[in-house]
Amino acid sequence: MRRYFNPSKVALNLSVFLLALFILGPILWLGVHAFVTDWKYPHLYPSGLTLNWWSKVFLDSALKTAIRNSLIISPIVVVLSMVICLPAAYAAGRMNYWGRKTFMITLFSANSFPKIGLFAAIATLYYTLNLMGTFLGVVIIQLLGTIIYMTWIPAAAFASVPRYLEEAARDAGASKFTVFRTITLRMAMPGILVAIVMSFLASFDEAQGSYLVGAPTIYTMPTEMYSLVQNYPIQVAAVFSILLAIPSVLLLGLARKHIMGGQLAEGFQIK
Amino acid sequence: MKNVEANMGLELRGLKKILGGRVIIENLDLSMAKGEMISLLGPSGCGKTTTLRMIAGFLIPDAGTVKVAGKDVTNLGPEKRPSAMVFQNYALWPHMTVSRNVAYPLKIKGLGKIETAEKVEAALGLVNLLHHQDSRPGRISGGEQQRVALARALVQEPDVLLLDEPLSNLDAKLREKVREDIRELQRRLGITTVIVTHDQEEALSISDRVAVMNAGKIEQFSNPQDLYRHPATEYVATFIGALNRFEGNLVEGRIVSGSDVIGIRPEDLILSSQQNDDALPGTVELVIPRGHFFEVVIRREDGIFKAFTNEFIPAVGENVFVKIKKSLRYQNGKLVG
Ligand SMILES: Nc1ncnc2c1ncn2[C@@H]1O[C@H](COP(=O)(O)OP(=O)(O)OP(=O)(O)O)[C@@H](O)[C@H]1O
Ligand SMILES: [Mg+2]
Repeated sequence: MRRYFNPSKVALNLSVFLLALFILGPILWLGVHAFVTDWKYPHLYPSGLTLNWWSKVFLDSALKTAIRNSLIISPIVVVLSMVICLPAAYAAGRMNYWGRKTFMITLFSANSFPKIGLFAAIATLYYTLNLMGTFLGVVIIQLLGTIIYMTWIPAAAFASVPRYLEEAARDAGASKFTVFRTITLRMAMPGILVAIVMSFLASFDEAQGSYLVGAPTIYTMPTEMYSLVQNYPIQVAAVFSILLAIPSVLLLGLARKHIMGGQLAEGFQIK
Repeated sequence: MKNVEANMGLELRGLKKILGGRVIIENLDLSMAKGEMISLLGPSGCGKTTTLRMIAGFLIPDAGTVKVAGKDVTNLGPEKRPSAMVFQNYALWPHMTVSRNVAYPLKIKGLGKIETAEKVEAALGLVNLLHHQDSRPGRISGGEQQRVALARALVQEPDVLLLDEPLSNLDAKLREKVREDIRELQRRLGITTVIVTHDQEEALSISDRVAVMNAGKIEQFSNPQDLYRHPATEYVATFIGALNRFEGNLVEGRIVSGSDVIGIRPEDLILSSQQNDDALPGTVELVIPRGHFFEVVIRREDGIFKAFTNEFIPAVGENVFVKIKKSLRYQNGKLVG
């Protein structure tokens, strides 16, 4: 087979390459800067390799505290969010079509209200409740950002479990609770996993509200970034960014394996 | 008394159900013996599924009682009733393998591992599906899914087996085979069975007795021959099999005007080329081959008749004599002779 020079194909490849560069470029830049001593414009190569920035992060107590705070707060936020939202999501998923639509749209409108305005209002409430600068205050503010994920996605997942599959289990002798545990919850699990991942990331990356409520006593990784950028060399921020990205990458990998490749996806092939 | 109870399969007495403000089932009585297989047959929307769901316990009747094997179960939920249902779309759980689907009822009952495995194997053997034990329901054919659903019901050793249009999702050829398999299994296990269908051929060929339903009531509950030869109501006569229906009376082999309704089965018309006793002349308008017999449409002066014949086959336009061998007479929808 002879190959012809194909301009449209070349253009396509080029645009894919540029898009990839645009998306991956900053990450590449971060990756390089986390390991080099210095690399500024007129120089073609970095001046040297080092792990210095990493030890700086792990030895600095403020940075360490921020990492620890984030790793404690986000799981708590996710668990609380599940406890609060999943029953509501189940109820919504079991409503009729219009009930569910109304519920979802109400939530969505509340969520699309500008965040910073909401935070300002909450801040005044926090002062009267003495929640400013507290751990609980930060948890609550992050919780707000997860609600939309933890209700919308699981509600849709619960709604998509066919009633007759639950009835078949009742007929086989299972109590209502057993049916929920072994059939409904099990089949809604992919949706719930997605919601957990999205909520964790929303909480883990949340900066505005956490800064407003937490600073200067409680810093999480994203809010620590603000002072980091001002007080440290750029390479330390690069290291920190990479650390910040690790949970997202891990969770997405996990979710992909369990949701897209696994038996759960296969299960949804029959009606 | 005790003996009668032991022989009871299922008894419905005075069942009534209102749904969406409408009376769907009204004063329905039905009783069947242990080991019997019956069909609920009727047109779409007549309340077959509603009746079956009241037997299974998914619907609690507004009035009346449900007794299974002599025990009143009217107010029990489906998990407490000794009935097992095969759903129209099979309702297999997609996240479990075939054998886990079948094992589920036993696990719920708290049976031990070894006993469960034995019973699951026996049930899957019964429906010839041992080779698909570890497959997921989504990966096997419709007919196989149907058999898994059946195995899942049988493994519960129910007092009543309920099947809601179990064959409607299968293609025509498979349907006939599966229905014979179901009947054979039912006979062998001696299991009391109620099957819902709107296919009369299916109902007549598979069941000991058929309950013909119309608008929430049972019109007639009888064996297939009886339903066909002695339909108790005009509705049953027209619903089961083909029928020539005339408004009028039958006098000396001729339809004359009157207040009755006369029904004649197409095979109860005798065609011949010669005049004999009660036969009246007519002209053949249509001859349709129907496989092992011919359908012949004849115009007589008193009406148009459809006849089934396989002995004398006339040609279109030919003049023949038509004799009415047997007829059904209805007054106000009820059989009078
Ligand atoms: N939950 C409900 N609310 C209101 N009406 C209902 C409900 N369920 C069933 N009906 C009505 O009751 C009637 C009988 O329904 P049913 O499902 O028992 O019919 P069917 O004989 O099984 O028909 P098909 O052959 O179509 O399955 C129908 O007119 C249906 O619209
Ligand atoms: Mg039905």
